[in-house]
Amino acid sequence: MSEQVGAAGAHATTGTYLRVAAILVMITLIEVGVFYVPAFQTVLVPVLLVLSAVKFALVVMFYMHLKFDNRFFAFLFGGPLILALAVAVSLLFIFYGAVRLRS
Amino acid sequence: MIKTSMGLDNRKMAFWAFIGSECLLFGSLISTYLVYKGRSLVGPYPHEILNIPFTSFSTFDLLMSSLAMVLALAAVQRGDMKQGKLWLLMTALLGLVFLGGQFWEFSHFVHEGLGLTTNLFGSTFYVLTGTHGAHVTVGVIWLLTLWIQALRGKLGPGNALTVEITGLYWHFVDVVWIVIFTVVYLIQ
Repeated sequence: MSEQVGAAGAHATTGTYLRVAAILVMITLIEVGVFYVPAFQTVLVPVLLVLSAVKFALVVMFYMHLKFDNRFFAFLFGGPLILALAVAVSLLFIFYGAVRLRS
Repeated sequence: MIKTSMGLDNRKMAFWAFIGSECLLFGSLISTYLVYKGRSLVGPYPHEILNIPFTSFSTFDLLMSSLAMVLALAAVQRGDMKQGKLWLLMTALLGLVFLGGQFWEFSHFVHEGLGLTTNLFGSTFYVLTGTHGAHVTVGVIWLLTLWIQALRGKLGPGNALTVEITGLYWHFVDVVWIVIFTVVYLIQ
């Protein structure tokens, strides 16, 4: 994948931005399609979470330039992101665990 | 441009740290929504009221605004201010379309009987999506300010970092919506 060096460092090209946008739109269409297909209801949550994570990663890597920028920025973003995910997962375990114990 | 001891621009480093703190803010709001999910004692419930086709359009709109934002940055970096102004304005307009959609959605929900204090779904839904909408509003004001600066000839390749930082904020707002769209709208 070719890159161009701008004032703020190496970034993706316009063609890459357009391709990423096309992929993001396609994934969104797949997400909505999966939501409406009854056959996918049993695997709906994991499929949607994976598709959402792919979209998230594409925007962060290419549009926010983390793929090309200094790794310290990835650390500044990734550290709190992992902490936020850990808080969310912990809260869900604590809350739903407590509910299950009571019932 | 002031560099840190690591050789990185101090504004960009500070802004990434700010985005990190925003991850924790939205992480807590999304966690709260998930913890109270399915625990409303009275309606309206999410499956009765959420409009997936409409929100899919809003998601498409916000994704396209992110594309417009990177095109604006690329244009400013190569000194093409005509294109830069066009894409900055386009990004702001797409943000306004999203906000218009959110205003319509909230009005519709209130009309259907879902207020901030109606049930747990209403409280967590309005706080989460409302906080995101407030961020979009700040982003639109920021983008329009940059566009006006560009119209006055005060924005050029020398200010590319300012546009890049604006873009970081805008794309972060977009990725937060990617998560909200999945967690709130699609996983009911």
